[in-house]
Amino acid sequence: MVTEPLVWAIFFLPLLSFLLISLVIRPFLNRYGWLSGGLLIVALAVSFGLSIWVLRQHNQGADLTFAAHTWLELGDASIELGLLLDPLTTIMLVVVSGVSLVVQIYSLGYMRHDPGIARYYAYMSLFTASMLGLVLSANIIQLYAFWELVGISSYLLIGFWHDRPAAAAAAKKAFIVTRIGDVGFLLAIIYLFFQGAEFAAAGLNPLHIPDIWQAAQPLATGGAILGGAALTWVALGIFAGAAGKSGQFPLHTWLPDAMEGPTPVSALIHAATMVAAGVFLVARFYPLFQETREALTVVALVGGFTAFMAATLGLVMNDIKRVMAYSTISQLGYMMAALGVGAFGPALFHLFTHAWFKALLFLGAGSVNHASGTFNMRYMGGLRRQMPWTYLLILIGGLSLVGIIPLAGFWSKDEILTGAWLGSDLVDPWVARVVFGLLLAAVLLTAFYTFRMIFLTFHGEFRGGGAQEIADAAARQEPPPASVSEEVHRAESPLVMVAPMLLLGVAAIIAGYLANPQWVKSILTIPAHWFAEYVESAVIFGHLETPHFNFMIAIISTLVALAGIGLAWLLYQLLPSRQAPEGEEGEESQGELAEPLTKAGPLHTLLSRKYFADELYEDVLVRRGFYRAFAGAVDWLDRNWVDGLVDFIAGVCRNSGRLLAQFQTGQVQFYGAVIVLGAVLILVGYLIFGAGLRG
Amino acid sequence: MSLETMLIVAAILFAIGLYGALARSNVIAVFMSIELMFNAVTLTVVALARYAAPLAIREDIGSVLTGQVFAVFIITVAAAEIALGLGIVFALYRSAESVNLSEANRLRH
Repeated sequence: MVTEPLVWAIFFLPLLSFLLISLVIRPFLNRYGWLSGGLLIVALAVSFGLSIWVLRQHNQGADLTFAAHTWLELGDASIELGLLLDPLTTIMLVVVSGVSLVVQIYSLGYMRHDPGIARYYAYMSLFTASMLGLVLSANIIQLYAFWELVGISSYLLIGFWHDRPAAAAAAKKAFIVTRIGDVGFLLAIIYLFFQGAEFAAAGLNPLHIPDIWQAAQPLATGGAILGGAALTWVALGIFAGAAGKSGQFPLHTWLPDAMEGPTPVSALIHAATMVAAGVFLVARFYPLFQETREALTVVALVGGFTAFMAATLGLVMNDIKRVMAYSTISQLGYMMAALGVGAFGPALFHLFTHAWFKALLFLGAGSVNHASGTFNMRYMGGLRRQMPWTYLLILIGGLSLVGIIPLAGFWSKDEILTGAWLGSDLVDPWVARVVFGLLLAAVLLTAFYTFRMIFLTFHGEFRGGGAQEIADAAARQEPPPASVSEEVHRAESPLVMVAPMLLLGVAAIIAGYLANPQWVKSILTIPAHWFAEYVESAVIFGHLETPHFNFMIAIISTLVALAGIGLAWLLYQLLPSRQAPEGEEGEESQGELAEPLTKAGPLHTLLSRKYFADELYEDVLVRRGFYRAFAGAVDWLDRNWVDGLVDFIAGVCRNSGRLLAQFQTGQVQFYGAVIVLGAVLILVGYLIFGAGLRG
Repeated sequence: MSLETMLIVAAILFAIGLYGALARSNVIAVFMSIELMFNAVTLTVVALARYAAPLAIREDIGSVLTGQVFAVFIITVAAAEIALGLGIVFALYRSAESVNLSEANRLRH
């Protein structure tokens, strides 16, 4: 029997771990930092078990609605804390606690030699607790608090190596850029807060999430409590917050920079869970989006464009983690686009599968870094011989990302493409068509950059690793990047790192088909189309058809993906091996990487400079727009108006003082003369006007 | 001798004294001018006591002499003031080597 304290425990166990680590282990037992890892792993294992159990119970129809607890009474508004358990929540609980658990085990190996390991696990506990609290929240204020806690723990983890300037800058950037989106979310909450009277008239609480859903639904008398333009703006505000967290265009610039954090952090936060919070948020308020065609169109187009744009950027990155970062942005774009065209179930299915295989890819990147000492793929190559397990697992993750049957990504990507192809009555058909085109193009790009990454990393000859990169940087008289290590030991990573990757690899193989079986009645008690139907039951207003497997789309997308893989093979495998014998210094030139994409000239420059988005934001918006124009205007106002007023008052005092000081001559006789003059004036005045005074 | 004559004489005396006190630069001359003003006032007080005090007050022998008593007071105070003032003048002369009033502005700043 699921009781309320047991559900709360899912959230409180990692929080307790955070408190114990930061209050006990970190101050007193810092030498035994691994203790903190063990503590968090135990806490998360229990949380994960509870999450699975809650999911099972909920799936079997157990009643999991709990009354909310009043936290604050502010005038007429009442802020409550509560649990909201629906299919969305239960699935997110499993994903978050599961991926986090695996990542924490991996971190035991990856962070073993870091002196800050206790601090690392303290932040990780805080992050996981916040994320679990976020998905459990039944109140929008409660949700917002956890939302910001996720933001701050992300800031702390990106800047974990805070002595590296790049990491500190990346942490700041992540915090500020997501904050821009959060302004929209906050405005939506404030608007809801001030609608208290209208909500109360219908017996609803404007901050309680199911009540907000209810309010957006059309009334029998026409209109809605929350409807029309106001609903669109509230939905767009929520989407702005989601776009910031999920790295959707135009707020995507922080995510690649966030790769400055430790790799397990990237795997957990910037691939599997936190960035999925944006998608979760839109899904959480989906009953609102269902009622506003305009907001959904924006979501669909932004998502589709982000999926395509981020994929083009992934083509040219040399940092293996940045390739994956753009891939994450692109995949989040898929989810947003799916939500936008009304494919609610596929979006969550992709969120579910993507969490496993993207975490796997990131952990694989960490494993590669462990061996080669660098993240720069120009200095890798040929690692498949030394690292067979990592190679195999990255290949599984990569094929899953590309969408090759029968891996997890295939099933969910196919559902999204089918959903976009079929469209729905929530958006105009042209929107769905545009999104479908963008997503299909992104499939080609995804296949290309994924296999470019795999070929550069694991095939060909080894190009020297971190030691070579440091030597090259020294030859150019530049400081090497802080993340590069001179230690190159080309060997498989320890078991504590490979085992979690194996778990994720298994998940990346089976999560797609097992969660949503096709063509059979059931697999191991999991009925056919279980995931789709379970998630569909989260849609309590209206009806959303989750598209089932579509052969045509599957064949088209597989062919497109294979074309991308073939192109990558052609450019990075076939051409280099043909050209190599032609060069006379074949042996030496193997250390150099020929990059075929540079032949694209300006296009390559445009991509490798990330469409100049960073320049646009930092130079144009921040330096010129913000510093020069806005700050300049404020500075001018301050100097001329504020200071001017103060200067004016001071000037009046000074000048009147100077004027009056003329009378202080120090001449007693002058003073006497003035006194006499005054006395005479009083006397004369008395004589002239005194008649009146005497009555 | 009428009251008017006396008051006019006193006024002339006072005006001469006031002019001297405000216009002369020598401290001693200023002192003398101040004495002149004292005397003008004394004359006024005595004249008014003689001519202008109300009858009702004159019935009472004590009140009749009010003006004269004031005159004696003023003479006394003037004497004391001269003693004190001359002391200040001496001190001024010792420190500034001058009895010129326009130079005595050291307290201005």
